[in-house]
Amino acid sequence: MSITRISTEAEAPPTHTSVPASRRRTLKPRRSSALTIIYWMLLAYFLLPLVWLLINSTKSNEDLFTTFGLAFPAQWNVVANLQSLVTYQDGIFVRWFANTVLYAVVGAGGAAILAAMGGYALAKFDFPGRRATLITILGATAVPGTALAVPTYMLFSQWGLINTELAVIIPALVSPFGLFLMMVYAADAVPDTLLEAARIDGAGELRTFWTIAFRLLAPGFVTVLLFQLVATWNNYFLPLIVLNQAEKFPLTVGLSQWNKLANAGGVNVAEPLYPLVIVGSLVAILPLCVAFIFLQRYWQSGIAAGSVKQ
Amino acid sequence: MVVFAICVIAPLVYALVISFFRNQLVGGTVFVGFANYLRAVADPLLHEGAARVVLFVLVQVPIMLFISLTAALALDSGRMRGSKAVRLGLFLPYAVPSVVAALMWGYIFGGQFGLVGQISRSIGVSVPDLLGPALMLPSIGNIVTWSMVGYNMLIFYAALRAIPLEVYEASAIDGAGEYRKAWSIKLPALRPAMLIALVFSAIGSLQLFNEPSILQALRPSVISTNYTPNLYAYSLSFLGGQINYAAAIAILMGAITVVIAFIAQGTAAGYRRVAK
Repeated sequence: MSITRISTEAEAPPTHTSVPASRRRTLKPRRSSALTIIYWMLLAYFLLPLVWLLINSTKSNEDLFTTFGLAFPAQWNVVANLQSLVTYQDGIFVRWFANTVLYAVVGAGGAAILAAMGGYALAKFDFPGRRATLITILGATAVPGTALAVPTYMLFSQWGLINTELAVIIPALVSPFGLFLMMVYAADAVPDTLLEAARIDGAGELRTFWTIAFRLLAPGFVTVLLFQLVATWNNYFLPLIVLNQAEKFPLTVGLSQWNKLANAGGVNVAEPLYPLVIVGSLVAILPLCVAFIFLQRYWQSGIAAGSVKQ
Repeated sequence: MVVFAICVIAPLVYALVISFFRNQLVGGTVFVGFANYLRAVADPLLHEGAARVVLFVLVQVPIMLFISLTAALALDSGRMRGSKAVRLGLFLPYAVPSVVAALMWGYIFGGQFGLVGQISRSIGVSVPDLLGPALMLPSIGNIVTWSMVGYNMLIFYAALRAIPLEVYEASAIDGAGEYRKAWSIKLPALRPAMLIALVFSAIGSLQLFNEPSILQALRPSVISTNYTPNLYAYSLSFLGGQINYAAAIAILMGAITVVIAFIAQGTAAGYRRVAK
């Protein structure tokens, strides 16, 4: 190993000897300005809508139509916008926000626990039908939620679950991808010898899972939790069709209803709705954007495990 | 497992059952066999939506994956300044709900206080209506690409990071340059990840619903109720009351999805065998 490293350092141009030899970057550290410029431009394009949203959330309805889209208004209206956001229609937006938190936390938390238990069981136990279960799960990872939404609606209306919180939460509990990820993770992270030791010490299977395996599975658990949180928080099609009372809506459905109203109503609507849709969108995306910025380690490792092992 | 069965298998079975029936004004619900499917296969409204999403898959998915792939290669080459910011910034849109993404881009492209219109007016260049009939589909493609490039980029990037260091060292000794390395080492190593990304993107795009549904509020005249098959199934069951026919369409689309996934898994297994 040390021999190869010396040889690469000898071959590399002399400009980058300051870079630590242990890092892979030593092989190609020359910075390219053209590459940097291209990707910073791409980055700017990707951040443009978010910047636009941030700037325009500070504008009154009048400024929205009269000032340039990327210029801040003369009069900052962000506090007034937030005020009307939480008071409009008796503060229904606050309700939507609370609903979204409820659906996302219960749905994603439940999905992550189920995925951890199921993945652990699939990785560490041999039971009849294990192979068939595996194949079904792999197949199900490819079926997107939207494809199941209409059939789910039909089944739930038969069961009288329409317009209940359960209609949104139950489908959110299923994460074939999370299950698959936890299975791969459990196979590596939980040593069989440790489980045997626990059994010899007289611990029951459930106790072994909670006190030993679950702790070892914690990083994978957080990753599944995060991705399922995003999926549930951003879900639109399913809640749109299984809920029909505004008080039960999550943010996505609520905002789209306001958008419809803003475009259709115009003159009839007492309050101009565009600023509310814009500032509401900002409030709706902030929690997840912040979570993603602070939990980078988890989503990066999750994607890595999912793509390399599959 | 029980929850899994309730949410994945039960709805499919139920939809399959009701797709064989028809609700009639006289006589209630009657068994009609494959009549709903025959109707779907011959329905020009469904054809129109299906053709549109197929076109979308053929154009948008390659463009998106090309951007993701080149971005991942650029990140991995380590020759870019501020690559951490680029990685985070390109991925951030994944956290934005498609509803909000469609709202933002819809407003930016739209006529009322749209950024594009403002810029084009101020520099005196006329830009065609981005939400008009001709450019609506490319605009939707832009939104989906914006949302998903970062995710696919990270999948490719993770696969690139898994290439052992020794391979690069050997190639450096053999005198391979950057492009040679990208072509002969990195792209072959990315093949399985690319296949997965391709299949998942194609499946996702065939189910296109959220973006057109939001933009429909902005331009009801451009986005018809059968703009995509999913939108059509939604309109049929919730606005038209034809729930049995909608179930048949949902099953048909689901079946196509499963076939694609199945073929892809076979191909992926083939790759793994070749690799070994």
